[in-house]
Amino acid sequence: MFRQARWNEPLLNELSKEEDNFEKVKLEGLPDEVIREKLDIPNLTEKRVIRHFMRLSQMNFGVDFGTYPLGSCTMKYNPKICERIVSNPKLKMLHPLQPQETCQGILQILYELAQCLVEITGAYKASLVPSAGAHGEFVGALMVRSAIKDKGELDTRREMIIPDSAHGTNPASAAMAGFRIVKVPSNSEGLVDIEALKGVVGKRTAGIMLTVPNTLGLFEKNILEIVSIVKEAGGYTYYDGANLNALIGKVRPGDMGFDIIHLNLHKTFATPHGGGGPGSGPVCASKEVEEYLPVPLIEFDGRKYYLEYNRPKSIGLVKGFYGNISVLVKAYAYIRLLGSKGLRNTSERAVVNSNYLLSLLDKRFYEVPYGTSMPRKHEFVVSVGKALREKGVSAKDIAKALIDYGVHAPTIYFPLIVQEALMIEPTETEEFEEIEEYARILNEIAYRAYSDPEWVKGTPYNTSVERIDEAKASHPRTMCLNWKNLKKV
Amino acid sequence: MTKFFKDYSREKLDKVLEKIGVKNVEELYSDVPDSIKIKGEVNLPKALDEIEVEEYFEKVLGKNIVHDEVLTFLGAGLPPHYVPAAVEAIVSRSEFYTAYTPYQPEISQGILQALFEYQSMVCELTGMDVANSSMYDWATGAAEALRMALRVKGKKKVLVGENIGPERKSVIRTYLEPLECDVLEVSYDSVSGRIDLVDLENKVKDSCALYIENPNFFGIIEKDALKMADIIHNEGGIFIVGIDPISLGLLKPPGEYGADIVVGEGQSLGGWLNFGGPSLGIFACKGDMTLVRQMPGRIIGMTTDLSGERRAFTMVLQTREQHIRREQATSNICTNEALMAVATVAYLALLGSRGLRKLAVEIFERAHYACRRLSEVKNVIAPYFSGEFYQEFTLKLIGGDINKFFNRVVDKKIIPGVILTRYFPKLDNVLLSCFTEVHTIEDIERLVETFKEVMA
Repeated sequence: MFRQARWNEPLLNELSKEEDNFEKVKLEGLPDEVIREKLDIPNLTEKRVIRHFMRLSQMNFGVDFGTYPLGSCTMKYNPKICERIVSNPKLKMLHPLQPQETCQGILQILYELAQCLVEITGAYKASLVPSAGAHGEFVGALMVRSAIKDKGELDTRREMIIPDSAHGTNPASAAMAGFRIVKVPSNSEGLVDIEALKGVVGKRTAGIMLTVPNTLGLFEKNILEIVSIVKEAGGYTYYDGANLNALIGKVRPGDMGFDIIHLNLHKTFATPHGGGGPGSGPVCASKEVEEYLPVPLIEFDGRKYYLEYNRPKSIGLVKGFYGNISVLVKAYAYIRLLGSKGLRNTSERAVVNSNYLLSLLDKRFYEVPYGTSMPRKHEFVVSVGKALREKGVSAKDIAKALIDYGVHAPTIYFPLIVQEALMIEPTETEEFEEIEEYARILNEIAYRAYSDPEWVKGTPYNTSVERIDEAKASHPRTMCLNWKNLKKV
Repeated sequence: MTKFFKDYSREKLDKVLEKIGVKNVEELYSDVPDSIKIKGEVNLPKALDEIEVEEYFEKVLGKNIVHDEVLTFLGAGLPPHYVPAAVEAIVSRSEFYTAYTPYQPEISQGILQALFEYQSMVCELTGMDVANSSMYDWATGAAEALRMALRVKGKKKVLVGENIGPERKSVIRTYLEPLECDVLEVSYDSVSGRIDLVDLENKVKDSCALYIENPNFFGIIEKDALKMADIIHNEGGIFIVGIDPISLGLLKPPGEYGADIVVGEGQSLGGWLNFGGPSLGIFACKGDMTLVRQMPGRIIGMTTDLSGERRAFTMVLQTREQHIRREQATSNICTNEALMAVATVAYLALLGSRGLRKLAVEIFERAHYACRRLSEVKNVIAPYFSGEFYQEFTLKLIGGDINKFFNRVVDKKIIPGVILTRYFPKLDNVLLSCFTEVHTIEDIERLVETFKEVMA
């Protein structure tokens, strides 16, 4: 039985009972009025700090511990060799502003990685700078903006078309780049409604941002028509690669006609998610728009690798230095381990796993919305709306029950077009036996939702803490955002 | 050989496909138009075994020239610092690093508590009330802080110091371009290197924010920061300060001189240089709820379980964020730099207030020792600017060509700093050098001797 550790581990500042201030100092060359007088950070032994964080780690759950099918997050196993490779002092100790002739090794690796990503996406050129998927989206939206500005159409082309099933980052990124969002609805199959799309494109269209496969796990079978509708209207096409794990080696966004594509290396290319980051979200561009990519790009003149800043049409810098380098190196190591066949097998297995899991679920409880006859790709979405209506058991309750079994929950309440949604992405690294076990747990929870709904609503019981009071956490009167507030309460 | 997924017998595979209801894997891709399906292979280098991959990266990374072969005095936004072994022991726990954003808080208390402690440490260090759990880096944090000020104030003009990091200045311009607002630079005083208060007074009208860095890009302490705060506050604007977190072991926190938002780079608090990333954007603000509600990024709060008996942590104020508010969100940020924040809180916990004070003092003294010694070299002016500095200072060469000089020093296996002409064309023959605890007195003496040789 799963039972997570329950350390009553105090906060760091509670571990130290003494006054933690330091001595006053006087330094030649430093005016007294700029010297700090007080700093309340505890002074602990290394051993106590280690115990603190080791205890905390035991109250956390990662891919290394169990199935973690968080939809659209692609929580696949992270090969350990990639961690070892980036522990190389030749990388760790390298300052980004060293003369480029002293950085040829890393520049070569980044250059080769960019080449691989260009091949994988069917694009023309790649920037490795963006630090996350959303960062890549913002970069892409800025590139669209620059391209439109160059054509002198910025006054009219202010609309970004985004399907109602899109991740929240798409509308947020486009809005940050100054676009108005035009939502295009999904049809009964869960795909972009072509007629509705035709109705919204026009002279005001800046472009479309599309996630393929979409968040229902469905491939947009009319993808070529969608791209050409937007292009004929004078808009640009942006491919959100969050879900590319379904398609590597099978089909390329560039061949679908997309102008700008971002990838999530922490998803598709197996770099660890770090409890929320660091990630990496490279942006690949077609020949038509590559000149707008952020600087610097990494180039090779046949003799040496170098950082290219001299790109007059570039949107400019989007981050200090050149990207989340060690994440990029890990992703490249992963690509080299798998090669093209291995990557294709990865996508195929991810799709098989997701469809297999779906096939094992009790559909009376886990209802499949949209396009029930279509194969899913790397993920699928089911609704537990019926259980909510009949027994008051919500998607959140199902998620909490799952973690009680020592597996992670899927993404819930997303996409927004599905009531009480569970969005499940097992990835290729789960074995069939684990898929079968996850299905067994889900079906058992479904059964208990009817036989003993209060049990489900009371979960979790076996985690470090039981169900959390979220309302208290965000209520202005009880909100506590740092340990200074704590002393006041 | 790394095994990524289990090999199954044809029989088992067929059984699985039968259960799914397809004859073969290709049928699962039947909705992909044939015309664009990849017919052969994607053109990638051939797959290697684990041992071959390790050898390949060893070989290629081996071309980098680092600390053991070349002595470097580079800072310019990323000062080199020692990483304690205990920090690595903590962040290499795969309970932390193979998890994702704690969407299910009950099973993720470990990282949530660590991030809450990170936020608390950042608040203590900066003198702010609320910190988020990380931005991508300092530059994007500064840019988002200015965007936040524009949202809060609804005006169309912001000011930034001319003497802030040039990369940050560029990122700010990129991020603010869609807002179609004015980004004006406040000049620095050409003698002290500090912000010119008269120029600030002249430009402040109708500005909704001022962004400065302290120490500034030239390493100089902006000792008139309180006056700047008054000037921008009198205009109704927001005062944003970029900091070097370790300097705050010695220098007054921005909260004590009127800052409303503080940003900075946290990478070197427990993270290696790594050619510039993964980075960590520090972001904190005053407790004023009109500011807090406009903050970008994830924020962790402390609460209890439903029984009210057990302390618990969870993400709060999520209605600011993209997954709920979509195009109305305060930022598009989702994935952040959480593991770097864990490294930072571990680092600060290991040092404690006294360790941090000791480190900052040691850095200050080492940089000042280096400056004194370099000022003794003929035809070198050190420091070039007269303002008091912390760990970095400017040097000017009299006569000669800085590029030639630089290359000759590099030939002696020393990278003496960053040539500033690339960023500030009016700064002719000026170099920016950085000194921290990783530099020994012998290292500094070697730099001085090399300067003497090359200048002779």
